[in-house]
Amino acid sequence: MIELTALPTAVQAAAVVVLVFVEAVFLYAGYGAIEERVAPSVLDAIANR
Amino acid sequence: MEILGLGPSLFLLFVSFGFMVGVFFGFFGMGGSFLVTPTLLILGYPAPVAIGSSMAFVFGTAVIATMKHHDVGQVDYKLGALMFVGIVLGIEAGKMLVFGLEAIGRADLVVGVAYVLLLAAIGSIFTRNALRQDPADGDDGGDDDIPDIAKKIKSYNIPPMVTLTDGSKASMWTISGVGGGVGVVSGFLGVGGGFIRMPAIYYLVGVPLAAAVGTSLFGALMSGAVGAFSYGLSGVIDLGVVTALLTGSALGARIGSASTAYVDEEDVTIYFGIMLLLASAAVAVGELATWFGMAILDTVSFLLLVGSAVFVTTVILYYGVQSIRQQRHRAGPPQKVEG
Repeated sequence: MIELTALPTAVQAAAVVVLVFVEAVFLYAGYGAIEERVAPSVLDAIANR
Repeated sequence: MEILGLGPSLFLLFVSFGFMVGVFFGFFGMGGSFLVTPTLLILGYPAPVAIGSSMAFVFGTAVIATMKHHDVGQVDYKLGALMFVGIVLGIEAGKMLVFGLEAIGRADLVVGVAYVLLLAAIGSIFTRNALRQDPADGDDGGDDDIPDIAKKIKSYNIPPMVTLTDGSKASMWTISGVGGGVGVVSGFLGVGGGFIRMPAIYYLVGVPLAAAVGTSLFGALMSGAVGAFSYGLSGVIDLGVVTALLTGSALGARIGSASTAYVDEEDVTIYFGIMLLLASAAVAVGELATWFGMAILDTVSFLLLVGSAVFVTTVILYYGVQSIRQQRHRAGPPQKVEG
């Protein structure tokens, strides 16, 4: 578990929200970039098996 | 070795489970977050931790989904903002209920029973609708789809009335009621509440279907943010669990969303309904395991819940693969596979 216990409670709670938000944006962009590169070859592989 | 405070096998389990939930979210337009809290409960997490972590997961998943719908202009931010106060108050009420029950040692039991009933009700609706498969019951957005009670509520023009982004008018009381009602369910069960909020926005507030889906997701984003903050104040959110789930769900949502171009939703809706019914049974068995102290029932419960999710995910992916192969062999435009 990521430790945020050194911070005040309200800051900890806000930090959790911000962390999850940043993580979601990062995952959205990251998987999007991967999808653009990999999707055509994955579709070809599925179709040709 | 631990990853974000989780053992490797548990981390992989959460990533895999998140992937399945993401596929449901991308394909059916619902987070399937109502599967996350029961799974955490069955795995032995206390109710506040299970609900708080689920709320944070809902928030992250909703951020991803809202960004996708924002790109195609399907989010009514004004309506979402108007629902905010109701959502905040509702979630706080739901959370107070959970902690009140926790104080008297009844939170796990009551939340578990509520889940059994909720999953059974939603699963029954999905299964019944799938078995009917009557074109007259199709969701074409026409007035005939709207139940009489919804038409009656919508007909009450109680001031103050507000003008929405699409130019239609709605009572502030209806908007606040929708926000507050879904907020209570979200705060109490740790779910996004999309399965209630989306129909409520569509039927009661009268927003067009595509915008209702996008605005409902924005509502889930706000519910999740408020819920995560609220439970975060109590320090009960397990970020390791949330991160593992999100890592899987972000990928699953893309694949589920892409599958809608190939797979006819009607072909797999019945499996989704059955999965929810099995999930209801799984939570019930989990409760029995606690009452009788039988570890074997916990295992049965867990296998029922995860097994049914694995099955439905496999069905969606299988239909998707078959459809891609057929289309490539025909080299024609995308067509949905008929079941």
